[in-house]
Amino acid sequence: MMRTMKYVAAVALAVALLSGPAGAQTIKIGVNEPLTGAFAASGTYVVNGARIAADEINAKGGVLGKKIELVIEDNKSNPTEAAAVAEKLINSDKTPVMMGAWGSSLTLAVMPKLMEYETPMVVETSSSGKITTSGNPYIFRISPPSAVEAVAFKNIVDKLDLKKVDFLVINNDWGRGTAEDFSKMFKEKGIAVGLVETMDQGAQDMSAQLAKIKGTDAETVIVTTAVDQLTLIFKQAAALGMKKRIITTGGSQNPDQIVAQAGAAANGTMHLTTFLPWFPEKTPNPEATNYFISEWKKRGFDFAGCTESFRGYDGIRTAAAAIEKAGKAEPAAIKAAMWDIKVKGLNGDIVFRKSGPEGKESGQSQPNVYLIEINDGKIGMKSL
Amino acid sequence: MSEFLQHLVNMLVLGGTYALLGIGLTLIFGIMNVVNFTHGVLYTFGAYIMFIVVNQFGLNFFLALPVAVIAGWLLGAAVELILLRPLRGSDIDTTMLVMIGAWIAMQSGTLWIWGGVAKSVATPFPDEPLVLGPVSVAWLRLFVLAAAALLIVATYLLVNRTKLGSAMRATFQDQDTASLMGVNVDLIYTSTFAIGSSLAAAAGALLGPVYVIFPQMGDLAAVKAFAIVILGGLGNITGAVIGGFMLALAEELGAGYVSSGYRDAMGFLIIIAVLIFKPTGLFARSERVG
Repeated sequence: MMRTMKYVAAVALAVALLSGPAGAQTIKIGVNEPLTGAFAASGTYVVNGARIAADEINAKGGVLGKKIELVIEDNKSNPTEAAAVAEKLINSDKTPVMMGAWGSSLTLAVMPKLMEYETPMVVETSSSGKITTSGNPYIFRISPPSAVEAVAFKNIVDKLDLKKVDFLVINNDWGRGTAEDFSKMFKEKGIAVGLVETMDQGAQDMSAQLAKIKGTDAETVIVTTAVDQLTLIFKQAAALGMKKRIITTGGSQNPDQIVAQAGAAANGTMHLTTFLPWFPEKTPNPEATNYFISEWKKRGFDFAGCTESFRGYDGIRTAAAAIEKAGKAEPAAIKAAMWDIKVKGLNGDIVFRKSGPEGKESGQSQPNVYLIEINDGKIGMKSL
Repeated sequence: MSEFLQHLVNMLVLGGTYALLGIGLTLIFGIMNVVNFTHGVLYTFGAYIMFIVVNQFGLNFFLALPVAVIAGWLLGAAVELILLRPLRGSDIDTTMLVMIGAWIAMQSGTLWIWGGVAKSVATPFPDEPLVLGPVSVAWLRLFVLAAAALLIVATYLLVNRTKLGSAMRATFQDQDTASLMGVNVDLIYTSTFAIGSSLAAAAGALLGPVYVIFPQMGDLAAVKAFAIVILGGLGNITGAVIGGFMLALAEELGAGYVSSGYRDAMGFLIIIAVLIFKPTGLFARSERVG
C-alpha cells in the first residue's frame, strides 16, 4: 500500500512539473527532431532554423497576441522514440500543432499518433511517398516527396544524356521509395535501370556495393542518403577508381560539408537540392532568404547547415501561419486552417494541395527542386 | 573476375581493421570477463583525439597516432579505477549495467563537446588510389592495414611472450593464486583494461581518417567487435584476427553476390552457426569448468 502511495505521489508530482501553469501565456508548437543518434547533425540544424523562425515571429508580436514557444524534443533518430515524443508533446505539453520528424521512417512512426490524438503535424524534411498517400489527414508536408523530385528531375534528364543508371540508396523508407519513384520515371524516359543496391543507415563501409556498381555498364549512379554517408561514398568510390557520374537526391546533402570533407572526390558530383543558399537572388523569395542566411550567420552556425535548417524555419512559419488563420490554438481549427494558408517559403510559396485517398487527404506543397554540380570545390547551378 | 578480385582486396583491408577492433575487446571481454560496452566509445575517442591533434593543433598525422593511443590508455585506466575497481567481485550483470551507463554518458559527452556534425581528418596520403590492374585501393587504407598488422603482432607478443602477459593470464585464470605468487592483481586489472582500451582508441585513430568522425561511430564498431570476439573464441588473439577476416569476407561476398541489404546480417548468420555448432568460438581452447 505504502508503495502504491509513493508511486501515485511520484506520478502526481511528475504531472504537475510537466504540465506547467494553466492558461499559459504562450502558444506551444511541438518540435520532434533527431538531436542524438545517426541524424543528430541534421536534426540540430532544423531545430536551429526553427528557433530563428520563432524569434522572428515573437519579435513581431507573436501570433494571436501571444508569443510562440517551441517545445523541442529529441527522437534519438529512432522511430519508436519518435512516436513516444509525439505522444509526450500532445499529452503532456498540449501542443496543438507539431513539426517533425526529419526522417521518413521517423515520420511514419509518428503518423498513427496524429490520427489517435487528432493533432496536425507539419512535415519538414521526409520524402517517402507513403507519408502523403496513406490517408492521414493530419499530415501537411512542405518537403518534396521523391515522386515530385523525380518529376522535377525528368525535365533535366534529357540534358544529361543518361543511358543507364544504377542506384545506391539507404535501406529505409526514404531510400527504397526514391529508388522506386526514380526507376518509374527513368523507364518512362526510356532510360535503363540496372542495379539497386542498399546500405544500412549507420554503415560506414560501402566498398562492397561500390565494387559491384563499378563493374556494371551503367554510366550514372543515383545515390540517396544523408551527408555523412555521401561523403564516405564519394571517398570510397574515388579509392576504387570509379569514374561514373554520381547524382544524389533527397535534399540532405549539405554540399558545403561534402566539399569540405570529401575534397577532390566530390568534384563532378551532382545533387538534387531544394534550397539555394549560395544564390539567394535565384530563390523564389530572395528577401526572406537573405534575412534567414544573415540571421543564421549572425548566430554563428555553420553555413553548410543552411540547406537543412531552412526547412525548420519554413516549417515553424507554416505552423504559426495556420494558428493565426485558425484564430485559436486548437488542433482541429489549425488543421482546417492549413488548407487556407499561403506562406512565402524560402523555396517557393507554401500552399497545401490534396494528396492521397479521397476524404482523408494529406496536405502537400510543391517546393522547387534544383540540380547543382560541384566543380573544383565550388558549387554551381547545373540548369533550371 | 575483376569484381571478385576487388572484393578480395576490400576484404583484406576491412578484415585488418576488424581484427584490430577484435583484439582490444578480446583482452577485456575474453580475458577479464568484463562485458565492455565502452569499447565503442574508446574507438570514437581515439578518432576525436586524431581530429583535435591533427586538425586543431596542426601536429603531424603520424605523431598524432601515438598521442591517441596514450590518451585511450589513460581513459581506459580511469574507467577501470573509477568504475570497475569498486565493482570487482560483483556479478556480471551489475558490471554490465554500469558499463552501459558509462557508454551512454561518454557518448553523450562526445556529442556535447564536438556536436553531431561529422568531422574529417586531413591525411598526408595522396587522393589518387593505388591501381594494380583491375583492382584499386586507397594508400591510406594500405597504411591502416600495415599499422593494424603491427599492433596485432605487438599485442600477441605482449600477451604470450612477456612477463606482464603471463601475469595477466594468471590473474584472470585464478586471482588468488596469482596474488599468492606475488602478482600485483590491482595493477594487472588496470593495465589489462587500459591496454584493451588503447587498442580500441588506436583502431579509432586509424579508421577515423578513413571514414568520418561522429559521436555514434563507435556503436557499429562495438557490435562488430563483439561479433568477432565471439566468432574467434573469448580471449584468443589469433582467433580474433581470423574472426575479423572471416567477418569481412562474409560481408564483402554477401553484399557482392547475395544482397547488399543483408550485408550486416551475413556476419551474424555465421555467428549464429558458430554458436550452434561450436559455442566456445572457432578457436577457443578447452576451458576448465569451475
